[in-house]
Amino acid sequence: MTAARRIGLFVPCYVDQLYPDVAMATLEVLEKQGLSVEFPSQQTCCGQPMANTGCDGQAEPLARRMVSLFAGYEHIVCPSGSCVAMVRHHYKSFFSADDAAYQHVRKNTFELTEYLTDVLKVERIPVRFPHRVGLHSSCHGLRELRLGHSSELGRGVPTQDRARHLLSGLQDITLVDLTRPDECCGFGGTFAVAEEAVSTMMGCDRIADHERAGAEVITAGDMSCLMHMEGLIKRQKKPTRIMHIAQILAGRPVAAGGPR
Amino acid sequence: MSEAAATGHDHPQRATAFIKDHTRAQWHDQALWFVRTKRDRAIDLVPEWQTLRETAAAIKAHTVARLPEYLEQFEANATAAGATVHWARNAEEHNRIVLQLLQKNGVKRIVKSKSMLTEECHLNPFLEKHGIEVTDTDLGERIVQFRKEPPSHIVLPAIHLKKEDVGDTFAEHIGTPKGLADPQQLTEAARLHLREKFMQAEAGISGVNFAIAESGGVVVCTNEGNADLGCSLPKLHIACMGIEKLIPRVADLGVFTRLLARSATGQPVTTYTSHFHGPQAGGELHIVMVDNGRSQIRTSDDYRRSLNCIRCGACMNTCPVYRRSGGHSYGSTVPGPIGSILSPSSDPSAHRSLPFACTLCGSCTDVCPVKIDLHHQLLTWRKDLASKGFVAWTKRASMVVASFVMARPWLFRFAGTWGKRLGRWLPRALLMKGPAAWMNPWVRSRELPPLPAESFRAMMEKRGKQ
Repeated sequence: MTAARRIGLFVPCYVDQLYPDVAMATLEVLEKQGLSVEFPSQQTCCGQPMANTGCDGQAEPLARRMVSLFAGYEHIVCPSGSCVAMVRHHYKSFFSADDAAYQHVRKNTFELTEYLTDVLKVERIPVRFPHRVGLHSSCHGLRELRLGHSSELGRGVPTQDRARHLLSGLQDITLVDLTRPDECCGFGGTFAVAEEAVSTMMGCDRIADHERAGAEVITAGDMSCLMHMEGLIKRQKKPTRIMHIAQILAGRPVAAGGPR
Repeated sequence: MSEAAATGHDHPQRATAFIKDHTRAQWHDQALWFVRTKRDRAIDLVPEWQTLRETAAAIKAHTVARLPEYLEQFEANATAAGATVHWARNAEEHNRIVLQLLQKNGVKRIVKSKSMLTEECHLNPFLEKHGIEVTDTDLGERIVQFRKEPPSHIVLPAIHLKKEDVGDTFAEHIGTPKGLADPQQLTEAARLHLREKFMQAEAGISGVNFAIAESGGVVVCTNEGNADLGCSLPKLHIACMGIEKLIPRVADLGVFTRLLARSATGQPVTTYTSHFHGPQAGGELHIVMVDNGRSQIRTSDDYRRSLNCIRCGACMNTCPVYRRSGGHSYGSTVPGPIGSILSPSSDPSAHRSLPFACTLCGSCTDVCPVKIDLHHQLLTWRKDLASKGFVAWTKRASMVVASFVMARPWLFRFAGTWGKRLGRWLPRALLMKGPAAWMNPWVRSRELPPLPAESFRAMMEKRGKQ
């Protein structure tokens, strides 16, 4: 049944240019599930950087491009919780509520781990990853898409954590426990440069938490958080590696040097 | 607001200055994170926490929708109980009303318990200018009052200070031995000092946590009992409140008191929850109801829910930016996420940097006991500021360029390919040091992302799959 579906791969603009292997790994993970996936090559950016800077006028044409490019796909899958949150929750001011193409794209755009878990109902991915892994819960995936359980809501609210579920099914993996399980890394788009001091301190604190927990690899569902932490790790010449969750699920080895 | 206006749009600069003392910034972060974890443990003992949040938000939405009716009901019932209700459109009217009440009663010395509203109205300097001695009786507020600093947190006004700082301040102002930094001894000294002030005071000013329309009573929550003492010893009690503090019924109060203390400090309830129904025997109770922009916020579909706020401070304790930049970096009476929403509505230009002092992580929204969608309101503020022309031209220009490029796939591809080639050819120093670090703050503490030879789209073309 799934083979007949038309699946569109939505690749964040900076992933396309800077982390092509993350997109390739996403494609491979989906293909291993027997899906036929297309990459609409006219896609660029969903408009989030502009919208988050308050520049709706600059975001709107990009949102319109996104919707018209992907409206023909049954499902749209993206290796980023943040970009999916943009489409799902922040396009509403650009479209009328009865716009069928917009509603279709809004309802059928999924973050990778969400798609694997909720739509494909994947229980276990047959990959061996014999490493100690720290899972960074990217904020937009966590609190906009509810891909996991945010610590603020307390124990009274049970929610499955998609990424943790998929990772814990891998062979020989050890997921480490963090002191602050879902604190922001401090990337925040233009925040990373406009509030450089706070952003840097937040990133260093996150990395330190993973180090104390003994993580060899820090992974996340969003490459933007990882790009920020990778920049700090490399500057400080730390041994910790970073990998997007798609790369781990696709069976990439750590030795490949992380997200190249 | 003049203080923020004077220094303009500079949360980043103030934050950078705070973080320069890295040990202190780290300690500040950990102290507030400790409060956040205390709160987490406290709410885990309340299985119906989410129901309480829903209920509180619904009560607030209802009350704000019918605010005029409830305000009139409150006034009638408070008056019937023997209190006098005053109405103030703005801070100036509020301050004038308070001053007139004090002058009419010949008051020269007052004690005041914590009230963010009087901070908002800058009441203290106004009264002092008119020759009235004001003593803040909340311990944290007394400390910052001695230091002539504004509070840096709405629940923990002196959280930016260490015990050694408090020791130095007390040594200077109340004569404790130099070098004394034992919290117990310092608190004892403050207690003796304040006791004297309580005894001398001719009037007590308090804030209000909740005002109940049905009963005409006001409720004040403290942990130090200072409001009780300050409002019971003198015969004149002036309670100052924003009009959004109203709740309809006595039965609604429990919902909020259960949420407030747990969210604020992780306590099940504040040590003192004091109810004032009319004046004490032979005394006077005056309640000053202040608008100061609240009616304006009430008309906005985007920001109305910010009036739900019960000033618990949980959004500050959880905010990863606030914890590291300190309350003073916001340059506004109420700092942190809620302050970054409230402050721009009074002066968007002066507070233009605040909605951007945020990664949009959403932790504040999830922690908020009255379900204010804080991070979405901050995002809405960014749009409003951009449309008012209050977003830096560099930011706007870069977004205009980016949008132009992104709307043209061929240009996106061209820019990507040649940008990366250039990046790979140029010497590292040219990209990372000197003018590059000045122009691109990314590289001050971080390496640039990898610049691979091929983009994903180029790889896909090779794969022949499009």
